[in-house]
Amino acid sequence: MTRLSNGLIDRSSPLTFRFNGTRYQGYAGDTLASALLANGVQLVGRSFKYHRPRGIFSAGSEEPNALVTVGRDAQTEPNTRATMVELYDGLEAYSQNHVGPLSHDIMAINDLAAPFLSAGFYYKTFMWPKTFWEKLYEPMIRRAAGLGALSGLPDPASYDRGFLHPDLLIIGAGAAGLISALTAGRAGAHVVLADEDSRMGGRLLAEDGIIDGIPAIDWVKTTLDELRSLPNVRLMTRTTVFGAYDHGVYGAVERVSDHLAATNGQVRQTFWRFTAKRTILATGATERHIPFANNDRPGIMLAGAIRAYANRWGVSAQRKAHDRIAIFTNNDDGHRTADALSKKGLPVLAVIDARPDAKSLGHYQTFAGSYVSDTRGRKGVNTIEVTRDGQSQWLECGVLGVSGGWNPNVHLASHHRARPIWDNEKLCFLPSGAPVGMSIAGAARGQGTTTQALADGQHAATNALYELGLPVQSHPAPVANDEPSNVAPIWHMPSRKRAWVDFQNDVTVKDIKLSHQENMRAVEHLKRWTTLGMATDQGKTSNVTALAVMAELTSQTIPETGTTIFRPPYTPVSMAVLGGGDTGANFRPSRLTPTHEWAKSLGATFVEAGQWMRAQWYPRAGETHWRQSVDREAQAVRANVGICDVSTLGKIDVQGADAALFLDRIYSNTISTLKVGKTRYGLMLREDGQLYDDGTCACMAEGHYIVTTTTANAGAVFQRMEFARQCLWPELDVTLISTTDAWAQIAVAGPKSRQLLSRVVDEFDLSNTAFPFMSCTELTICNGLRARLFRISFSGELAYELAVPARYGAALMEYLMGKGADLGVTPYGTEALGVLRIEKGHATGNEITGQTTAAMLGLEKMVSTKKDSIGAIMSRRQGLASETRRLVGLVPIDTNDPVVAGSHLFTTTADQNLKNDQGWITSACYSPHINSAIGLAYLENGTDRFGEEIIAANPLEGQSIRLRVTSAHFIDPKGDRLRD
Amino acid sequence: MLIPHPLLGLRDAQEFTYLGDATLLNRPDPQSETADAAFHDYVYLRDNPAGVHRELWFHDAGDRSWLVVTRDTTTHEILGAELARDVKLGITA
Repeated sequence: MTRLSNGLIDRSSPLTFRFNGTRYQGYAGDTLASALLANGVQLVGRSFKYHRPRGIFSAGSEEPNALVTVGRDAQTEPNTRATMVELYDGLEAYSQNHVGPLSHDIMAINDLAAPFLSAGFYYKTFMWPKTFWEKLYEPMIRRAAGLGALSGLPDPASYDRGFLHPDLLIIGAGAAGLISALTAGRAGAHVVLADEDSRMGGRLLAEDGIIDGIPAIDWVKTTLDELRSLPNVRLMTRTTVFGAYDHGVYGAVERVSDHLAATNGQVRQTFWRFTAKRTILATGATERHIPFANNDRPGIMLAGAIRAYANRWGVSAQRKAHDRIAIFTNNDDGHRTADALSKKGLPVLAVIDARPDAKSLGHYQTFAGSYVSDTRGRKGVNTIEVTRDGQSQWLECGVLGVSGGWNPNVHLASHHRARPIWDNEKLCFLPSGAPVGMSIAGAARGQGTTTQALADGQHAATNALYELGLPVQSHPAPVANDEPSNVAPIWHMPSRKRAWVDFQNDVTVKDIKLSHQENMRAVEHLKRWTTLGMATDQGKTSNVTALAVMAELTSQTIPETGTTIFRPPYTPVSMAVLGGGDTGANFRPSRLTPTHEWAKSLGATFVEAGQWMRAQWYPRAGETHWRQSVDREAQAVRANVGICDVSTLGKIDVQGADAALFLDRIYSNTISTLKVGKTRYGLMLREDGQLYDDGTCACMAEGHYIVTTTTANAGAVFQRMEFARQCLWPELDVTLISTTDAWAQIAVAGPKSRQLLSRVVDEFDLSNTAFPFMSCTELTICNGLRARLFRISFSGELAYELAVPARYGAALMEYLMGKGADLGVTPYGTEALGVLRIEKGHATGNEITGQTTAAMLGLEKMVSTKKDSIGAIMSRRQGLASETRRLVGLVPIDTNDPVVAGSHLFTTTADQNLKNDQGWITSACYSPHINSAIGLAYLENGTDRFGEEIIAANPLEGQSIRLRVTSAHFIDPKGDRLRD
Repeated sequence: MLIPHPLLGLRDAQEFTYLGDATLLNRPDPQSETADAAFHDYVYLRDNPAGVHRELWFHDAGDRSWLVVTRDTTTHEILGAELARDVKLGITA
């Protein structure tokens, strides 16, 4: 055990967890990484390509090595950074990417094959022979690809989404972020302070510094206490702002219950969308390492991480208490780690400082002008080779900290393509700009000492307040006791052995050299050739170092070599949380018809029609197959009377002095000649001349029309009509309103429909003379309920559509059922509706696909040439005018044969290929009136071919069926019934 | 993205649906001798500028206004938003 006596952990709450099945103990406040280290576990995984043993490298979200799988079964989450997993009781984690036990990975043989797995390996190796790709290479690569594996089971967790609109969003709650929040919060700004960590304080939690004369930890606590007391400040821990989007919009994920043993009904994560007037990026900095030979062994870590584990979690990274700790550095920050460790009584071997003039800052040995030239230790470092002036010696050492300076976390500042620029004094990339509204403060812009960060954070908040027009109170910024780290430009230690730059992708200095030799020198090429900077860590600990190595190889400066830019997300985001819980039935809202509950009470089966749920059929006792129900319903309409909720059809109320003129331009046929009390069937075209939608237009009064659209196009047609009204002809006096949801509309269809309606209407003459086919009127029913009646027919029977205010829909349905019991009134669903309209040869979306014309429906006369309308001009272009396919009906020659929609038509003798294609079947159903399957189809010159035998080919199912071409009007071709 | 609606102030772009190039306001004269060619261009041809672009957005989940939004396609900076109706009628704010 290597637990120290201090730290921000709760020793009164011991927690038990398992790693690879072994039981360990940690404390509340631990991360999985700190708890593993406290238990002396250094080896936690295997590297991606070479399967090299790997340990914990960092103490934060930049972790490249310690990727583990947390949870089991459906809760499995692979590739989780152990440094970001908060410990909870019963946590189970597993190492990844090995065959056999972690300590004896069979795949480690890859390490011996390293000379063949160099940069560009994939591009070079899998090119030939070509035939090997599909059968051998691709399956092989797929097996090898990735680290952890998904469970393959549906995610049982729940997710949520949230929106906040702060005046000021502060990203990062370290020294700069906290002081910004305090400054802005005191001034009354609505502040959101978000930090990815479970605890606010940032790097201050990992240090033992002093602020304004008190321990920095206490300053953090006091500051947080004050922030919590401010109602205008919202503190959000475990919240990673992962992307900067346009106009002050930021995406963030809050890990709500990932850290809990039981979620207690809480969602797992929340996807936040912040729309901020101003933003302060205070994301601090990430330590970088210095590549040297065999620098990837477990036990070799970032020096700052060793310090963080010791200070924050009270954990030494040693396996055993007597293991000596060495630090390799090019700056004073490495010395700070050695000093902190020696003060805690840990055995510090030495600081190996590459700077010739380096001096100790405390009570430990310093080897100035020296470097680590090699390491040994199969499952963890045990000896290191230290070289000075060409003289080398091997020293025993169980932990090696590496410090190469700190890289500002500029990621979000560059999400809008502001390229970071090199600062030759600070030896790091600094933001060159930022998304509009964002300012950067503290270590994120190279103001890296605590004193600088505090002053800078306060300054940024003051500026933001000024821009927001809020009062600014001036306080002196707090002062801390740390100093700059005097980093030297020492980037990697030359060796003939492999020195890792990117641990996660197994990219070494040699790979970068090879990439250079092969002329992949641009940063973007380097990345793709070597995979450097890819995967979960996105090169947080490697990109800048790689750039420096490449600069050295090309004898260029770093700015000449290039820069590195970042895209969202900052750290990995699960797909599930982006969905925000909108899965399954919640994927989109569903709309229910006014008679939905009534239909449900009858046991109706429902079908999705766009967003709507519509009754598909109403099964009755004894019916065992849906066809029985549908046939019965369709027959009831033809024989007696049926009722069907058609409220989903789009209804657009058009009013104004120019309404008729406006509708003439919307419909391809003429509406202005329509008389009050009459309804007309209308076609709409797209401006490119193709058929767009159809429906009826009823003239209710002078300058007042009701346009109906198909269910699917209701929204789109309304939008287009608004486009025409506002963008094309705003000079017309016309207003539009969508009334789809306001009216329940019920089709009453069948020879007895008039008889049924006569029992419902209030003294209204329904006779054929008084209210003929295509009439419409306003009237009252049921003793005074206002209603609208349209004599229109989709089924081909004598039929009406009766509309009442939506809230009366269900009551009307029940009333009609009661009043029509002796007439055999039958509710029918969308399936019977389809059968009836196919039998009648009426078009729907199957026929009006956006690639068909009015002429194809035999309705070319409905595209008026006497007036302008949307699509009229383009409908006459040659490509459309020369279209010769026409709507026909089809019946099978063998009445037992099916008719399959989507089948393509061929003459009986032709080869079935594209060249001989004669058209396709658009709709098909079983017709209980024809007593066979029937279909509608577009067929070349189809209306001249009635009686011809034709083949319907369905190559997907190997079907070829003989059909007879008929009129599309299977019943009542002259339309006597609907005019009866 | 946020769109500065001329009547409603800053609104989230998610409330809108996008149509495209504002030249769609300029529907050709159907009576013209060259109507065929003009409609072909109107329906099918668009400029795709890197930079300032005037485009149509519909406030679908809002007040149903069609807006002409002037946006820099390289930065997404929005330089202005007008009611399409006003643009078409030649009314300037």
